[in-house]
This record gives sequence, structure tokens and C-alpha cells, in this order.
Amino acid sequence: MCADRDEWGSRMLPAQFDYIAAASVEEAIAAKAEGGDETRFLAGGQSLLPMMKLRFATPSKLVDINRIAGLDAIRSHNGHLHVGALVRHADIAASGAVSGAVASAAPWISDPLVRNLGTLCGSVAHCDPEGDWNSVLLATGAEVVAQGPSGRRAIDIGDFVQDFFTNSLAEDEMVVAVHIPVPSGRSGGSYQKLERKVGDYATVGVAAHLELAADGTISAAGVAMTSVAPINRKATEAEALLVGNAPSAELFAEAGAAAAAAADPRDDVRGSARWKRQVVAAFTGRALAAAAEQAQG
Amino acid sequence: MTDTTTTPPEIGGIGHSVKRVEDARLIEGQGNFLDDIALPGMLHMALVRSPVAHARINGIDTEAATAVDGVLAVVTGELMDQHGLAWMPTLSGDTQAVLATDKVRYQGQEVAAVIATDPYAAADGAELVDVDYEMLDAITTPQQSLADGAELIRDEKEDQTDNLAYTWETGDEAATEAAFAAADRVVSLTTHYPRSHPAPLETCGIVADVNSVTGQATIYMTSQAPHAHRTLFALVAGLPEQNIRIVSPDIGGGFGNKVPIYPGYVVATAASLLIGQPVKWVETRTGNLISTGFGRDYYMTGELALTNDGRIQAMRVDMLSDQGAFYSDAQPTRYRAGLFHVCTGSYDFPHAHIKCRGAFTNKAPGGVAYRCSFRITEASYLIERLMQTAADELGIDPAELRLRNFIQPEQFPYETATGFVYDSGDYPTALRKALDAAGYEELRAEQAAAREEGRLVGIGIAHFTEAVGAGPAHTYDIAGLKMIDSAELRVHPTGKAILKLGVKTQGQGHETTFAQIVAEETGIPATDIKVIHGDTDDTPYGLGTYASRSTPVGGAATAMVARKIADKARHIAAHLLEAAPEDIERTADKFHVAGSPDQAVSIQDAAFAAYTNLPEGMEYGLEDVTYYNPPNLTFPYGSYVVVVDVDPDTGVWKVRRMVALDDCGVRINPMIVEGQIHGGLTEGFAMSSMQWITFDDDGNCIGSNFMDYLIPTAWETPRFELLETVTPSPHHPIGAKGIGESATVGSPAAFVNAVVDALAHLGVRNIDMPVLPDRVWEAIDTATA
Amino acid sequence: MEITININGSDHTADVEPRLLLVDHIRTGAGLTGTHIGCDTTSCGVCTVLVDGTPVKSCTMLAVQADGREVTTVEGLKSADGLHPVQQAFSDEHGLQCGFCTPAMMLVGAALIDDNPDPSDDEVRWAISGNLCRCTGYMNIVKAIQAAAAAASSNGDS
Repeated sequence: MCADRDEWGSRMLPAQFDYIAAASVEEAIAAKAEGGDETRFLAGGQSLLPMMKLRFATPSKLVDINRIAGLDAIRSHNGHLHVGALVRHADIAASGAVSGAVASAAPWISDPLVRNLGTLCGSVAHCDPEGDWNSVLLATGAEVVAQGPSGRRAIDIGDFVQDFFTNSLAEDEMVVAVHIPVPSGRSGGSYQKLERKVGDYATVGVAAHLELAADGTISAAGVAMTSVAPINRKATEAEALLVGNAPSAELFAEAGAAAAAAADPRDDVRGSARWKRQVVAAFTGRALAAAAEQAQG
Repeated sequence: MTDTTTTPPEIGGIGHSVKRVEDARLIEGQGNFLDDIALPGMLHMALVRSPVAHARINGIDTEAATAVDGVLAVVTGELMDQHGLAWMPTLSGDTQAVLATDKVRYQGQEVAAVIATDPYAAADGAELVDVDYEMLDAITTPQQSLADGAELIRDEKEDQTDNLAYTWETGDEAATEAAFAAADRVVSLTTHYPRSHPAPLETCGIVADVNSVTGQATIYMTSQAPHAHRTLFALVAGLPEQNIRIVSPDIGGGFGNKVPIYPGYVVATAASLLIGQPVKWVETRTGNLISTGFGRDYYMTGELALTNDGRIQAMRVDMLSDQGAFYSDAQPTRYRAGLFHVCTGSYDFPHAHIKCRGAFTNKAPGGVAYRCSFRITEASYLIERLMQTAADELGIDPAELRLRNFIQPEQFPYETATGFVYDSGDYPTALRKALDAAGYEELRAEQAAAREEGRLVGIGIAHFTEAVGAGPAHTYDIAGLKMIDSAELRVHPTGKAILKLGVKTQGQGHETTFAQIVAEETGIPATDIKVIHGDTDDTPYGLGTYASRSTPVGGAATAMVARKIADKARHIAAHLLEAAPEDIERTADKFHVAGSPDQAVSIQDAAFAAYTNLPEGMEYGLEDVTYYNPPNLTFPYGSYVVVVDVDPDTGVWKVRRMVALDDCGVRINPMIVEGQIHGGLTEGFAMSSMQWITFDDDGNCIGSNFMDYLIPTAWETPRFELLETVTPSPHHPIGAKGIGESATVGSPAAFVNAVVDALAHLGVRNIDMPVLPDRVWEAIDTATA
Repeated sequence: MEITININGSDHTADVEPRLLLVDHIRTGAGLTGTHIGCDTTSCGVCTVLVDGTPVKSCTMLAVQADGREVTTVEGLKSADGLHPVQQAFSDEHGLQCGFCTPAMMLVGAALIDDNPDPSDDEVRWAISGNLCRCTGYMNIVKAIQAAAAAASSNGDS
């Protein structure tokens, strides 16, 4: 956690880099392609700039996408919520267009000031296992839309999140949007986050998404966890337990136990692994109960 | 609220919630903080710190760093050593490395300094300083440190053959042992008060401006004690004291963090001397958290000997402190563990024995009085946690147990088993008032009902007594300097005044409250009094502001000097009124002949006469200075009640209510007093719930930035309900006792007692701070397994 | 590169390194030292300024990103009519002690009451939860922002 910061004594200031403010996605992609992996996109910058100040990240060039028009919209389209690359966390929290786990998670991202600059797409691309959004996207079955020199492609979030701080983008691709399915039937979702204080990363986060059939049984379920595995992890066994059954406290407790079993937390300063599993179980139950109540409401 | 005013609002003496004069500049962004200072030709310094906890330094390569555009010099320990400045004395009689020459002894220790034309270049240079470290095993607990065969951390010290930093004991061991042998019951508690850090939002910093021609050293510094620092600079650096001017500008919070002298100050001053240009150094937050004065880190075992009906007979304490690599507590010379021996608390019992040891570890040095009067926070925590333990073990209500053992109002002045003489108090009234406000009986009924339903509700009580205002010269000094303080008052011909103080505000509002004391004593409106502090060329000597000593000592000096001025003014008034001085009486704003209120002159009239129309033989002018040597400490106290709800599934606990009654004697400015209490309670909540510094087994600091060192936001912080009683200090000129730290001292035990109380029926007796949810859940899980 | 930022109503043009943080540009370049620096990790919020009216942490934004935009710092709160209601309220309600976090708190408060003329205790606490204060325990900051909201509403300038 603290190793190798031998510049600790100085003001934490970024190393030198080149900078361009791209006017279009195409220009941004071309600049990124030219610079290779030493070049980074700058959107909200609320993760990248802190890493650069600590000199954990020392890109040779930043491509600022903040001046590109048309990337800041939240739109409903074809049964999906489209969230553009410059949509800030605060925009989502304030939007009337979002619901379920997305609406539930938005106010809990970092702190209010960071939410005013940080973007959902940037956070998704960052693939920090302590980030909240990828759990929400895994639970809701979202897609990440990437654009490269040869056009756009949609990547299932499960394929997009590769590893600890690693996504499946090609070097010349940029995330331009995230598409989150909005079920036409009865559905609900919730995000439960245990943070030590506002602005803290999740100690444990659980996103739950439920869809109900006409008979009130669960027709689709998504459960995913934050900070309890090397990547945001879907609790697939918990999901399987839920589908086809009627919502009940017992069922949700069972799903909670399954999610806890799927978690792989570690002992650290935030708490013991044993306790984190327990919180996963409790929060899964609570998130599912909230999701069901919303769906039934 | 108790109305203690004797002056009208337009005079604004004691008891008025006068709006602060400091605010005008601060709300417009016109404060003058250290980092706001820019001098012509000013250079910027960055420190290179050790990334490891314990290692031998085999070499430092500064070549690449020196080659960076904008870098002027790289300073290492070798260079400092050439000037005899590689080591410096600490405030506890130890020595501390300025820049490491032999070994690094903790992560974050200062190893080199880069001087550059701007902060970015300094950062670039610091990154390129290449230090060759030969790793040594890190010792991360005092228990490891004192174990047989532990590696010697202070191998440079002659005669140091182990890692023991100090031993100290007090009390009557034989009488205490006898009382324990005869006791019906013995209750014991072992607990760790974890390492914490004051973390003011403004980090420490300096702008050192040494003029190589005149030898004048003007040093702008984040200093809570500018005069003491000037003297120490003179002693350490060998500079003539009259050529050192320390200016402590607006300070962005101190809380004890800005009491010690840090290596960065010394290096920046040396660099300015060597280069001949001003040098600025402002700590990073990480530098602040990993290297500057921490607080606490006491491992304590406390025991109470009790009768079956809960009367305390004696107390026994064994304490081991983690001092880090250098023993540098800022504390009175006579006491090796600060005022920890005030741990007998608010209770009347005859015997106590306190044994203290401190150990060196591979951690940052410190032991500062973090919002606390020299280790009183640890003392208060121990006794109040012990009272909860005793209540649970004996099956006596914790409020009742306290009431049975309180020192009674008629027993004051009361000498404790460890020799403190408490000045005044009415503890039972305070506790009862706090309990009534909280609705204690109803809460206990609710708790019982909640337990039936499987809900966990806890009610925590703490009744603390602080000992502040160090202190009487016969007992208290730091580095030999007696802990007196001073005030100089100068009244100009138009009746406007300047008050100069030896103490220094860091946000407490001295510029407002000290003017109120003068207003009270002289009748000069507070708004006509300018308060000057923090500049050693322009203020009388004093030991500074920490340990809640400003009001008890500096405030007393202010009252006394104002009385001298008022007395001279009375004599002048007598002259003007053609009456005998003994026939002159003073009202809030006038002097008049006794029995003839119409025959009066104002203080302003008297001030004008002091320069124009004096009685025969009187010296011109209306100014004076007082150095105040307090006869005793003052002993503020309070009763706190906290109600928490605990989530049994996750261990998360939330404060439902926090009722805080404080008795700090006379309140000079009630608005400011309440603000101090709010802040203190919040720091108590922080330490009890989340704010700590810990280390991994390699000595890596966990808590090296604000992502890991957790300071509660407005969202987590409880709402506070404040109450008061007013029991003046009998020996303080205006009856005030000091308030800045009470709430931090008293409240942690209240929060922890509340959580433990919620689980007491399960058999849980202790959870160490911070009371993290996983610890709570583990305690429940273990107790119910 | 050359940038022009409108700070408190005046255009400031400067040639800056891309890596220059906005907070350093404001403090050193524009000489407005009311905006402070308190941490290295985007945690404390004492560097808060308004960019186009929105509060952000100026230690986590590059000066070049603010090119062509409007920045308001504490020095820009006061108008020809006098102190901004939050400034008056912070003094009246003892919402500050050391004053280091105060500029940031006031700017967040000003932005909040622009959107919400009558914020609840919880709403104020939520809004300022990206800003740390070590002195006040937040009690009087919350009171001050609520008082400012009330004053602004009664003045009709909210």
C-alpha cells in the first residue's frame, strides 16, 4: 500500500506530459493511437490526476476529451439507458431518467465534489475493483460502447472487466458510452455500500437487480459485488438461486449466503475477511429486498 | 445559558458572545497562512523521505536530482553534519535526526532536501535522489521492542543497550498493593489507545529568510509556540536570539501538531543561511501524517480495587507507550508520561500507583499533546472505560457507580492520590443534569425492551476531569523554560488599546476573547482593542498555545495586566475628579467618586490624561506588562452521555444522541466556547470510530493520507446537544478554566462505553478504538458463539 | 500553453505547463491565496472553487482544463452590494474557527443555496461531505449555510 513512494517529501505534483484537448472523438482516438499506451484519455480525471500526482501514473501525453460535444447526454433509447462518456456522477444522481441500482448507486460514488467532475464511463474503464459502477453494470447486464479507428463496438460488461485495473479496450479505443438495459416489465434494483466515511471506497458493495414475471416470480436477477475480490464480481450462484422463485426473506438470505461464498475478500485495515463475507450476505439480502420492493411497487 | 455579563454589549466584556474579529479577513480569503507568504527570490524545498521503516544508509546519489532544471541544491545529512546540525534535541531530552546520516528509523524519515526555484522542479528533483538502503528488521510494537534479542533501534546513543525510552512511576505502591489485597473485588481492563494524529487541515511549513549580511533570521513558521521556538532555534543553531524573529501567521489548525520543531524547519533555515535566499517548505499531507508529531499510542492495563457495593479503594496502572524512533513528547520536563497520572479521574479514593514505560519502535516520533493536556486524554479514557467495566462486572448501573464514588463538592480543593489538587467542581450536579437531559431512565427502559427484540441500543457515560493550564513554575517547564505566560497592554491617548500576547491562536479566537477580558477589566470596548500575537519581535515572552493553557495562563496574565492599567486609570481619574484614589469606584465603563455617580470620567478620559494631565509624580503613559505564574492548574470537567444503535448483522453503529455538559468555569465568550466543544467532540468521535494510524509488519504506515487516515465529514459526525454548569476556578483571576480540549479528552470513552454498553448483556467488556464495525461484529459473534 | 481563465469576473491569460494544477494557477499565477491546499489525494476539499458555477476540487483539475471557463474563488463571493449571504452567515453563526476550510465551505454553501433555497440539516451535511473541517464539528457550518439560505431567500437574490 505504501511502498516505493520515495518522492513522499515533496508536494505531490504530476510529472511533465504533453496535452491536447480533442475536439472530436475521431481526433481523440487518433491522438491516442499515435501516443500508444503512454497516452491516456482525460475525462473527469478524478482517478487519473490523483495517480499522476502520486506519480503512480506518468503518462507522456493526455488527451482531454472534455471539450468534445455530444458526449454528456443521458438518453433512453431502445430499452436502454445510454450514458455518454462525459456524463458526470452528479448528472446521474440528479437525472430523472435513471432508476433501480443505477439511481441507488449514484449518490454514493465518492463525494459530492468528485461527483461533479468524475464520469461513469471513466470509472468503468478504470476497472478499480473498489469502484462501484462496474458492480452495478454487472448486475444490470450493461454494455460498454467503445470506438476505435474502424468504428464502434459494444462489449458486454462481463467481457470488458478483465482484471485488476485492466479492461479489454484496444490501445486505440475509447469508451464513448455505456448502455444499461431498462426492462420493460416490473423491475427494481439497489446498491448497498458500506463505506467508512463519505469519499471512501467501498469496504463492501453489493448491487442487485431483479425482474419479475407476471406471476410475481423472479424472471431475471443480477447480483454483483464491490471490493471483495480482485475484480468486481458477479455472484452467479446467487443469481441462479433467485430465478424462478418468488421473492422472500428466506430466498434472499439464501442468495446472500451464496454471494458471501462467492466473495473472495481479504483481511486488511478495513476489516477481516470473515466479517466482510458476513456483510456481503447481509447487504445482498438487503439489496434484494429493496429491489423486490421496488419491482413490486 | 448562564448570564455572567457585567458589562453592556457595547463594551463586550466577559459573557458576551461577541462576533469574532478574526472572521472579517478569513471569510474574504484574506487570511495570511504560511503558504500564502511569498518573498522576492524565494526558493522551494522538497524533502526526500525514507520509503522503509528501518535500514542502514549506504549512500545517497544526488547527481541526477541536482541536474534537474530549476534545482539549486540537494542537502543531505552529511552536509548538515558539517554544520553540526545532523541531529537536534527533542522536547523530552532525547535527540532526533534532522537528516539521516547512519540509519533511517521509520518510514517517512527525512533523508535529503531538494532546493529549487519552484515546487514542481523540487518535486522532480526529489524523485531522482537515489538512496542506497540496506534493509533491517522493523520493530512495529513496543512489546516486540522490549523483547529479548530485539534489534537496537538507537544504536547511535551511548549507553543505550536496549529499546527502552524511559521509565516513570508515581503513587504509593505499598498502600495500593495493600488496598488491592484487601479488596472485595478487583476489576481490570487492558486496552490500547491507538496512535492518532492531529492532522490540522493546514500542514506544517516554514519560510526561512536568513540575511547573510546582517545575520537577521526572519522565520515564518506554523508555530503554536513562537517564543519557545525562537529560544530553541537560538540554542540549537547557535544564532543570537535577538537576530531571530519568528512570525507565526494565521494558523490553519494546530491541535498540538505545531508544537514541536521538525527537521524540515531546521533544514530550510540552514538552506536559507547557506544559499542566501529565502526558502519555503510546506509539508505534503503524507509528510505531515507519517513524520510529524502523532498523539497517544498507549498500551494500558488499569485495575480498580472495589468494595462489593462499588466503592473504589485504589487504582493500579501499568502503561507501555510506543514512542517511535525518538522520544520527543512535548511535555513538562518533570513528568515522563505527561499528566497521565491524572488517571484517578473524578473519584475519591486514597491510593493509586502508576507505572509507565516507553519503548522505541520503527515509527515516527511524537507523543504530542493532541488536543489534550499532555496525555490526559489517555488517562481520562482509561478511568472512564474502567468505570464502565466495573459497572458491568459488579452489576451496578454505570451512572450510579460514578455517583457513589465522585469527589463531593465540599471536598474541594481536593488532593488526588497522585498529587493533583483539583480546584473546584460539582460533579454530581453535572452528571445528573446530563442524565436528565438525555432521559436516562427512559433510555434504560428502551434498551431493555430493544434487547427483547434482538435490537442493540447502548448508552455510554463518561465523566471526565481535565487538568489544564500548565503551569506553576515550581513544577512545570519545557526544556527548562518555566511555563508562565504574558500579556502587555498599551492604551493610547484616544483610549484605544493594543494587547500583545505570549500565546498564539490557531483558530480559538484569541483576538476576540482576550480583548473581552481587557474590556471587562477596564471598560474599554472590546472592539477598540487590537490583539497582537505570534510575532516574537512584537510580543512578550510566553510558552505558547497548547494543553488548553491560553485562557488559564495567558488569559490570567491579560486580566492581571488590565487590572494594573485600570488601577493606574483610577488614580488618574481621582486626579481629574479631584478626589482621593481610594474614593474612586469603577463601573463597567466609568470611574466615579463613591456615592456621586455623576462625578465620573471615562476610561478614555483617563487614557487621554495619561499623556496630557497627570498627577504629580506619576509616570506618563498607560501601558504595562504582566508575566503570570499560575498558582495551580485548572480542572475543567464534564459529563457526557451518548446513545448508539448497533446493527447486529454488520457491526455498524450510529450515534443517535450525544449530550455533552461541560463546566469550564466562567465562559468568556459562550459562542466560542460552544464552538470549541463541538470541535472537540468531533475529534473524540473520530478517534473512537475511524481515525487512527496503524502499521503493517514491515513498518509501512497505514494512514499516510486522507484516504487511509479517516477524518469524519459532516455526514458521519453526530449532532451534539450542549449543556453547561459554571463552577469558577477559585484561583484564576476571572474564574475561567480553559475549554479547547475538554471534549476531545472526555468524549472517546463516552462513545466506546456506549457501544460496549449495547453489547454488555452478551458479556462483551472491551473493544479497542477505533471501534470499527468488524471489531463490533467479531465481539458479538465471539460472545454469542 | 497559453490559457485564459475568467477568474472572479476578470480574464487572466498566462502561459502554463500542462501539468500545472488549477489550484496552483489560482494561488501563484493569479495571486489569489484564499483557495487553500490541504492534502494530496483529492480528499479534503479545501481547494474547492466554482468552475462555471459548479464546485470542484481545484487540486484535481489542470489549469489548462479551465481554459475559457469561469472560475469563482472566495475572493469573488463579495459583490458591490457587500458580503455574500454565506460570508455574513459564517461570521454570524461562528461557522469558522481557524478559517482554513472556510473559503471552500462557503463556496459549496453558495452553490447549494443557489439550487436549494431551504436545505435541511441533512441536505447541507450531504452537500458539504466532500469538504473536511477539523475545528467546528460542522454544527455551526450547517447552521450558517441554512441561515445564509434564509437570508438569501428573504433578499430575493437566491
